[in-house]
Amino acid sequence: MPHRTFLTFIWPSALAMLLFIALPVLSVGIQSLHIEHEQIVQTVKNCGPFGCKEVDIVDAEATALLQKEQPLGRFNGLGTYANRNHLAVEEISAAWQAGGGVGSFVDTLLNLPFYKALAFTLTYTFVVTPLVLLLGFFIALAVNRLPGLMKGPTIFVSLLPMIVTPLIGSLILFWMIDAKGVIGGSLQLIFDNPDLSLKASPTLTWVTLIVYGVWHSAPFAFVVFYAGLQTVPKDTLESAMIDGATRWQRVRHVILPHLAPLLVFIALIQLMDNFRVFEPIVGFNAEANATSLSWIIYNDLRGSDGTMLFSSAAATSMLTIIGVCILLAPVVMRTWRDNRQRA
Amino acid sequence: MTRSPLWLSGLSIGFLVLWLAVAAVPFLWTLWGSFKVEADFFSKQDWRFALQGIRTIAETGAAFTGAGYEGAWVKEEFWRATINTAIITFSVVAISLTLGTLGGYALARSGFRYAFWILIIALVFRAMPHITLVSGYLLPFFQMNIWGHLSTTIIVMVAINQPFTLWMLHSFFLNIPKDLDESAMVDGCTRFQAFRHVIIPVMWPGVITTGLFSFLLAYNDFALTALLLTEENQTMVPKISGFLGNAQEQGNVMYAVSAVVSATAPLFVLVLFFQRQIVSGLTAGAVKG
Repeated sequence: MPHRTFLTFIWPSALAMLLFIALPVLSVGIQSLHIEHEQIVQTVKNCGPFGCKEVDIVDAEATALLQKEQPLGRFNGLGTYANRNHLAVEEISAAWQAGGGVGSFVDTLLNLPFYKALAFTLTYTFVVTPLVLLLGFFIALAVNRLPGLMKGPTIFVSLLPMIVTPLIGSLILFWMIDAKGVIGGSLQLIFDNPDLSLKASPTLTWVTLIVYGVWHSAPFAFVVFYAGLQTVPKDTLESAMIDGATRWQRVRHVILPHLAPLLVFIALIQLMDNFRVFEPIVGFNAEANATSLSWIIYNDLRGSDGTMLFSSAAATSMLTIIGVCILLAPVVMRTWRDNRQRA
Repeated sequence: MTRSPLWLSGLSIGFLVLWLAVAAVPFLWTLWGSFKVEADFFSKQDWRFALQGIRTIAETGAAFTGAGYEGAWVKEEFWRATINTAIITFSVVAISLTLGTLGGYALARSGFRYAFWILIIALVFRAMPHITLVSGYLLPFFQMNIWGHLSTTIIVMVAINQPFTLWMLHSFFLNIPKDLDESAMVDGCTRFQAFRHVIIPVMWPGVITTGLFSFLLAYNDFALTALLLTEENQTMVPKISGFLGNAQEQGNVMYAVSAVVSATAPLFVLVLFFQRQIVSGLTAGAVKG
């Protein structure tokens, strides 16, 4: 296809991606180097019946004017990245110099908002992904053994956790494990502990979120593995059987190698999706014990403290994007090498 | 094939039954509970209250009540959010499929190296958490005075959806033999005429499958819709999370429960009718490696 024709076909799509993905990334980058204006303060004499006092008041008009002239705020360099809410350079070097062993250093680290979020995001990503692969694989093996008539309905039910809106799915589970919900209430009864609550302890909150993540994503792995199982070569299986391979050996040496490319595919998609974990934290109301990178950006932009913290959100976004690039680097490198060999 | 030992069949069936229960019971429970009052669905005393509806009978006189639905749909105007969701999902699906088919076709037929690089860049874009982009949108949108409109959100969603749409349609077009459109061009068609008369008639299975996933992305979104829309333009998902904010008021939790059931119902219907396409779509990317 000549370059010209290619361009006529692809430009609407390319323009959309350029304007709303590439440019925003640039805009985030610039925004992260700026910081909100300080409010302009005027000292005025305030005279009342009991004498005069000097009072500082915010000059709202002048602040608004400055805001209008320079909407980005003032230039701050890498200041936002280094402050306490992001990489916390000072706090970390102080904690490092204070000594006190690895334990206390990690404690300090996990009390800083960015590192707290990063810790949960990484734990979530790297615990949920393998569990999803494992559960999906076993569901696929089990469904594959079913008689034909049963397969359709089973697949229908299995797809539900994946298809449902993430926020809604987490709310549905949250209402059940809530202290007053059916599972939470029963657990209190079983352990005879009326204060038992999955929300109260950080560990239980993390476990709950991870269970939700596996529940939500296992159907995806299941469907892909199930489709892969349909294409396992029958002859190889039979010859393995004739050679005396046990059932487990056939799974291990015939089926698993056949599914290996699918495994890589699922792992890649899962790493990307789990790294952006966000909705379950809102749904489970878990922000006290678990935050993720996406969640702290949302929290800054929502303006829950009265103002929207654009620069703070932008700095976290840049760090998140860098994280995504690191996560994808091995994949891109491998694809590039394959492509070069083929060319 | 040899018959498998009994214990293995038993184990396999048992495991599957357990999984199906885990997958389905939460939905059934919430559907059932949405017709009860809060004191039953969130019963402090005994979870069986929710099954029998003891409080519901005491409060309303019948075992089932539609009070949650009435509160959500009439009092809190959930219908408005439903209309907004319908507008957004329909437009996003239509526009992203139009752009995606053209782009995906070009990528599948180009043969030049840069097509490969466009796909790799699209993959990186696909991996970016949506919320990181939102922090890039907000300030410019405020400046240009286009924040909060449905149309802005639609365009943004179309763009965010493009990387995935391109990948998916690209692999579908690779499966359509090249000879088809090339022989049309030998017969004197231009590239556009070949696309129009030869490719479009055979591309529908792939387009429908991709459309389903675009629909899901638009329908399920929370990060974009929660931050880019004004209150009256809100879609269903941020509206539901709004119900929770003032959940302290008696009864409001049940509004959220009924709204959740209402928003899940269309997804069930979707899976019911398009199960085959969803399964084939999930595997389409995988088979290509």
